[in-house]
Amino acid sequence: MDFTYTETQDMIRDTLARFLGDTYDFETRQKFIASEEGRDPAIWTALAQELGMLGASFSEEHGGLGGGALENAIIMEELGKVLGIEPYLPTVVIAGGALKAVGGAQADKFIPEIIAGNVIVAFAYAEPQGRYDLANLRTTAKKDGETYVLNGHKGVVYAAPWATHLLVTARTGGNQRDKDGVSLFLIDANLPGIVRRDYPTVDGSRASEIYFENVAIPADALLGGEGAGLPLIEQVVDEATVAVCAEATGVMQKLHEGTLEYTQQRKQFGIPIAKFQVLQHRMVDMFMEVEQSRSMTIMGTLKLDLPANERKAAVSAAKNKVARGANFVGQNAIQTHGGIGITQELAIGHYFKRSTMIEGQFGSADYHMDRYEQLVLAD
Amino acid sequence: MDMEFSPEDLAFQQEVRSFIAENYPAELRGKQDEGEEMSKEDFLAWHKVLYKKGWVAPAWPVEYGGTGWTPTQRFIFSEETARADCVRLMPFGLAMVGPVIYTFGTPEQKAYFLPRILSGEDWWCQGYSEPGAGSDLASLRTTAVPDGDDYIVNGQKTWTTMAQHADWGFFLVRTDKDAKQQEGISFLLIDMKSPGITVRPIITLGGEHEVNEVWLEDVRVPQSQRVYEENKGWTCAKFLLAHERTGIAGVAASKRGVEKVKQIARTEIDGDKPLLQNAFFKRKIAELEIDLTALEFTELRTLAGPNAGKGPGAESSLLKIKGSEIQQRLTELTLEAVGHYGAPYFRGFGEGDNEHPIGPDYAHRAAPTYFNTRKTTIYGGSNEIQRNIIAKMVLGL
Repeated sequence: MDFTYTETQDMIRDTLARFLGDTYDFETRQKFIASEEGRDPAIWTALAQELGMLGASFSEEHGGLGGGALENAIIMEELGKVLGIEPYLPTVVIAGGALKAVGGAQADKFIPEIIAGNVIVAFAYAEPQGRYDLANLRTTAKKDGETYVLNGHKGVVYAAPWATHLLVTARTGGNQRDKDGVSLFLIDANLPGIVRRDYPTVDGSRASEIYFENVAIPADALLGGEGAGLPLIEQVVDEATVAVCAEATGVMQKLHEGTLEYTQQRKQFGIPIAKFQVLQHRMVDMFMEVEQSRSMTIMGTLKLDLPANERKAAVSAAKNKVARGANFVGQNAIQTHGGIGITQELAIGHYFKRSTMIEGQFGSADYHMDRYEQLVLAD
Repeated sequence: MDMEFSPEDLAFQQEVRSFIAENYPAELRGKQDEGEEMSKEDFLAWHKVLYKKGWVAPAWPVEYGGTGWTPTQRFIFSEETARADCVRLMPFGLAMVGPVIYTFGTPEQKAYFLPRILSGEDWWCQGYSEPGAGSDLASLRTTAVPDGDDYIVNGQKTWTTMAQHADWGFFLVRTDKDAKQQEGISFLLIDMKSPGITVRPIITLGGEHEVNEVWLEDVRVPQSQRVYEENKGWTCAKFLLAHERTGIAGVAASKRGVEKVKQIARTEIDGDKPLLQNAFFKRKIAELEIDLTALEFTELRTLAGPNAGKGPGAESSLLKIKGSEIQQRLTELTLEAVGHYGAPYFRGFGEGDNEHPIGPDYAHRAAPTYFNTRKTTIYGGSNEIQRNIIAKMVLGL
């Protein structure tokens, strides 16, 4: 049992923190998100080519650094600290995770391209009627000779406007909520018949509603077995869930630090408001939530390789705790700032917006509590 | 970073498990199952078994009788003793004054007291709080005035846990009335059989006699029983408080407590199904389990993380706050789970009394335990004081 980071892991964290410190201050980030494209592609290229960061969690055979989920967590936490909008989660954690799991020719083809920064993937899994149920799919992929024909509507696909590829869940058989008959496809984002409606998200990213209208996709776009994709999808979504827990930890740390700093400057009744015990204790409570989120992220990350039910219980415990913590820290950061906290002016409000969206990402606190209860307290 | 146990760790786990199975005193098991209060002899029975094995003070340095275990082995040991529901060892000697003596004591003090703490020969109590000095501990007024080679001690202590059994007590006393609050305090070891000491019971909400008032009237204490320098006792007190708080997280015991309350909730019927399947009760259990996991991994990060071995810092305040809150929630859920049979007052078994108490065994002490456990957020520096410590030490406020 060991809870220390390796030298390489420390180096990844330090290198990335230094790079983001130089390139990603709050004002610059606001310029990225206000630009037409909504990001600065040079950042992604630098992450890939100058820093080698996109390879941190891939094997050396594929040109990576040989890491895994812990490296993903380190990178996501640093991105959280700067409110990074880079599509690391869908590209590296989710698509990369699925490719690592299936291996073979598809992994050999795509992983080096991801590491090089040439491929950006958006994860098209959610549907308007499905809420957090990964199997509740109306999107269909019908086998037609050597191709599948894709039809359906995917909602709130983060990073889709920037994506070269889409990772799509679709039904190749069964009924709308069946666990069988779900398949996963990695397809070119610009195939004929793909229609996107792009929009900004409240937390500074870009996303799309995607409509597939008789999109012909090659058979080799299928990842894993036809109709047997749900366990793989659940696995990568669990990996993504702890990755957003890591991001949340970075966001919450900044919410807490920002609040501490502000209360030491802001004077009322002639003294800095940080002198008031009621605010000190609130900030201690925020601190404890940040630390417990860090602990739960580590817990969830270390348990990703366990058998599916243990993994799911651990990930749900982590996401539930982190979501509750993010809610508490975010709301109290704003409250403690007072009026200035609800303006666009300070960074604090933007951290609050991201932490609020993370609360629901891949399932709310209640969703994960339900899943935890079903797995652990069923008898 | 990993959570794997090495083959050596697994072998150790097996060794601990077998040792407990073969050596845990059977008479304790019976009393615990009946929900009876533990006597001094009961606590010491398990203490002495561990002492004979050399396992009574895992946290101590090897030279003073510690085990030299790795953090992982210590984790395994506390997990296994909690899993097997072993009674908790009294912390006053082993976890509190022992570390103060081996850290600050003279060679003579170490040679005399440490072996007697390990063997259980001396039972210790803690003379800190006073009627007018609770959270504001440094305002204490018990005085020690030099008289030849001795001090003459006068004053009153309160909340002195298990003082009715104690052979020795460690006391904070004022040796300089004019110094600023923390600076005029000394740390004295006092023989509880000294003339002038009176111990009076305080009965707490569950009907237990755990705590006492201790009156000191012209008590003569040799100056050789002062630990560390005169007027520097606050250094020992702060050190001890940090040590006291790490154990206070009580993760392994709370994990065992969750299993117990779940078992009760599987037995109790609510409508047409077990209470554990009541959506509201189940949710409270689930939330408690998740919060306990967060506490466990926070503790593991401090035990086996980058700062392991650097001694308890302000993070121990976090462990104390969250650990004590969870202990309270556990007792509250247990009381809720037992329903009607929380109400009958169980006095314990009298002499020759073989009538079965009212209600199921698991209900006998549910209410007294709930009442008694309100103490955890108050003792060892109240949780409000712990927040002050974090605000100052970690947040820099």
